[in-house]
Amino acid sequence: MVVGIVVTITCIFIGRLVQLQLIEGELKVKASDLTESRTIINPSRGLILDRHNEVLVGSEAVYDLVVTPRHLRNLDTTACAIWAGISREDLEAALKKARRFSRYKPSAVRRRIEPAEHARMAAVLYKYSGFELWRKPIRSHRYRVATHLIGEFAEASADDLKRDREYDRHYRMGDYLGKTGLEAIYERELRGVKGRRSVVVDARNRVRQVGVAASVDRAAEDGQDLTTTLDLKLQQHAELLLAGKAGSVVAIEPATGEVLAIVSAPFYDPNLMLGASRGAAYDSLLHDSKKPLFNRAIRATYRPGSIFKLMQGAIALDEGVISPGTQLACDRSLIGCHGPHTMDDLSGAVIHSCNPYFYQVMQRTINKRSTGNHFTTAARGLDHWKERIEAFGFGTKLGNRLRGTAAGNIPDASYYDKVYGQRHWDFGTIYSIAIGEGELLATPLQMANLAATLANRGWYREPHFVKDIGGRGAPTGAGVRFETGIAPRHFVPIIDGMQNVVEQQGGTGWRARIPGVQVCGKTGTVQNDPLLDHSVFIAFAPRDNPQIALSVYVESSGAGGEWAAPIASLLIQGHLTGAVDSLKQARYLGAVPPMPDSQLAIEQPTETAQQP
Amino acid sequence: MSTRRKNISAHIDWTLLGLFALLAAIGWLNLVSAATGPDTAVNWSLESMHGRQLIWLGLSTVITLLILKIEGEFFIRTTWINYALTTALLAAVLVVGRKVGGARSWFGFGGFGIQPSEFAKFGAAMGLAWWLAFTKGLHDLRSIIGSLAIIGLPVGLILLQPDAGTVLVFVGFIFALYREGMSGFVLVAGFTALVMLVFTIITGATTVNYPWIGPWSGILRFLLATGAVFTAGIFLGRSMTRPRHRRKLTRNLVLWAVAALTFSAVLHTTMAEVLKPHQRDRIHVLFGIEVDNPGANYNIRHARIAIGSGGLTGRGWCEGPMTGFGFVPEQETDFIFCKWSEEWGFVGSALLVLLFAALIIRIFFIAERQRSAFTRIYAYNLGGLFFMHLLINVGMVLGLAPVIGIPLPMMSYGGSSVLAFSIMMAVLLRLDAERFSVLR
Ligand SMILES: [Zn+2]
Repeated sequence: MVVGIVVTITCIFIGRLVQLQLIEGELKVKASDLTESRTIINPSRGLILDRHNEVLVGSEAVYDLVVTPRHLRNLDTTACAIWAGISREDLEAALKKARRFSRYKPSAVRRRIEPAEHARMAAVLYKYSGFELWRKPIRSHRYRVATHLIGEFAEASADDLKRDREYDRHYRMGDYLGKTGLEAIYERELRGVKGRRSVVVDARNRVRQVGVAASVDRAAEDGQDLTTTLDLKLQQHAELLLAGKAGSVVAIEPATGEVLAIVSAPFYDPNLMLGASRGAAYDSLLHDSKKPLFNRAIRATYRPGSIFKLMQGAIALDEGVISPGTQLACDRSLIGCHGPHTMDDLSGAVIHSCNPYFYQVMQRTINKRSTGNHFTTAARGLDHWKERIEAFGFGTKLGNRLRGTAAGNIPDASYYDKVYGQRHWDFGTIYSIAIGEGELLATPLQMANLAATLANRGWYREPHFVKDIGGRGAPTGAGVRFETGIAPRHFVPIIDGMQNVVEQQGGTGWRARIPGVQVCGKTGTVQNDPLLDHSVFIAFAPRDNPQIALSVYVESSGAGGEWAAPIASLLIQGHLTGAVDSLKQARYLGAVPPMPDSQLAIEQPTETAQQP
Repeated sequence: MSTRRKNISAHIDWTLLGLFALLAAIGWLNLVSAATGPDTAVNWSLESMHGRQLIWLGLSTVITLLILKIEGEFFIRTTWINYALTTALLAAVLVVGRKVGGARSWFGFGGFGIQPSEFAKFGAAMGLAWWLAFTKGLHDLRSIIGSLAIIGLPVGLILLQPDAGTVLVFVGFIFALYREGMSGFVLVAGFTALVMLVFTIITGATTVNYPWIGPWSGILRFLLATGAVFTAGIFLGRSMTRPRHRRKLTRNLVLWAVAALTFSAVLHTTMAEVLKPHQRDRIHVLFGIEVDNPGANYNIRHARIAIGSGGLTGRGWCEGPMTGFGFVPEQETDFIFCKWSEEWGFVGSALLVLLFAALIIRIFFIAERQRSAFTRIYAYNLGGLFFMHLLINVGMVLGLAPVIGIPLPMMSYGGSSVLAFSIMMAVLLRLDAERFSVLR
């Protein structure tokens, strides 16, 4: 019996040991929670550079003051509040919240402490057991340019954190991440890999051993630098010229598809969105009627206007429905026109932007393959036409995985079937799309891409914004070549016309003239009732071996030649020659077209058209 | 003379001595680790904790060798001198002792301290053995009263210190009483009462948040658990006994359960309603319940984490951060088992428990082969003391028994305990070695 008792107790003890040491794995976790203190080492975020390696966006640090309630000892809240730079009530509330969250895990007491204040606090940090200062990378925009493209780097929201927990568990509360633009798309490359250092602490939180948990220790890997395709000088120049206006500039290097400049005006100072002022700044931008947060260059869809005629001409030549010498009357009974001309060939029609000419050109294209019924002929012809237009990048999302790019709208037969009913429409119903009006919608990026396609005489490369990421070159898909399927010779009469738009006496684009440079351009004026028209200009230069193709869109500013063309010429001149006509620039710099509140959100396609 | 000495060394129980020496060696190595911590080199000075322990071990070895040379008859004859001396020390310590942790239980001599309660175990074990051998068992009132008086005197003095842990160790003498004629009923009833007493007081002082009822005394949960254990016992018993015994067994168990629960309820009511607050606090202090901070189960929680973090094979000698970096208080004394467990894992912990079990069972085995009643009873007493130490200390550390501070023999830091256990072990070895020359 006595031995039985001893054996029983022994068995109970060994059973308990089995339970504690072999079954309950959580005790091990608790032990390492108690004895290991993990420090996260934040890597520097990758820089964002322009095409000439000029740093556009640098990486700086701010600090968060955090507290681990378990390690608080003899806290003098009055002194601590003064040290932390917050009121005593705030400190006590923060401590209470931290205790509720976890006794073992750190919670933030104060965020975004600037380096100068950090230095003051760090000097006496040792007095406040339980507190730590965590370094956190933030952005500094050196030149404050390309804000929309680069995007925002801000504190991770609850949703961001939730997504991250299922995904790769990189962020913890209070961390920053790329919210929009390139910062968001290349977040994984830019952010780098967090380092981790575990130390063993004793019961009073004094560090006792370093480097014992080598298996989980890891050096931080800095984020990869991102080289954009932007040209800082051109970008700055474009922002200077668009300051105070609403609109956009997109400039592309035709041979590569690299975007040299992309501006959406109005823009805002990205540095306002950093640090403690972010909340208020963001609110005021969000509620600004001119929508400064909205990236017009890739997201706004406008009717393209007369620049669309260039494509109509090239497609018609390729379809064989006209030849370069085909003369068509300016029959103003079909559609209104402007200017003293009666009959034009293709080049002349481009110069005069003759509406009846392109009315008839598109009519021929649509009705080329007759089915015997004018309704079905138009339907089949329109679908075919849409494919040709899409080959120019319209109606598709350009921009190589830049988020938020709009596709615009190129209507097809089913679109009009929904509007008018099947077999209830023919070319006579939809003719306004022939001159870039009606239901057509395009982004400034697509318009600049049209200029690049014309510059290349029939092909374009996917417009993209990233030249190199982490030394591995451009991302997949950037600069992929797309063909329009139209022979280069068909572009000659059109480019002849474009050159004359600028160079001929009385051409609508005369304000884009640059001495010594052959600029090929086309104006457009898009009606914006009841306000002033939108002013559009696309161009490339020089005519042979083009270096730059661009679109300039100025909202509510009047005729295309008046505002968009001179802005384009200044940009081309600056980019190609390194100098600008300072007198000309002075005229457009301070000048601001009447700019009412943006109508973007409520803009609907209309059938009315106006030509210059 | 020379043949006699040769006889003695030939008849020494080397198994028991080996087990005991192994335990002492393990205990000392473990103490080296407890004094060192993972971030420091071992300090080999005699000033260190393990250095002092080594001095005590050396002293114990010398005394052990001396005792092995002295005839057993000497110890039997000096039983009462021994008993009087250790009991007098217990009385003296109440007057001139140092107060440590609320209890007056130490004599201080310079750097070293002596804890007389450790030696009182020896005196009482000898005294009880002499008395029961003299009365030839526990059969009449005189033998019962005499036994109770022999145990009761030191127990009373220790209660005055107060030191509940050491008092509970004296329960170990029940093995000998049972062996010498006490009815099994008393043994079982005694154990039941002891368990109910300890748990009633401990759980009665806690507050548990119950579903539906809300926060209330933890005694309710304990009573419900006890009821469940008895119910399970009744059904288990029924299925394991022959039909004709079933009714009797069920009736006995039901009576037993009613008695145990009534005892607990009455005890709790007495504690809560009859005793004055300061008296209640006294009892709570006795059981190591922190009166000011009833929620402080910090020690036991961290002890459990330290043991659990040992896993299968442990962190390695001197490598345990939980014990080494101060997360487990008293890791060198009452919680020494945590140190061992964290560093040697399940393998080491199970081996240590088995080593203790083997030692205790060996002592009982030796007891049963004696012709001398004195030696038999003394061996039972020693086995019982070892068993109670193991039961209370390891049970506490594993979270199975309440937090009552007593040392784990030969493992915990402390010279008095090592010396006392060595003396008791040496006397048993000597008496056992003479088992063939005993004529009585
Ligand atoms: Zn005309």
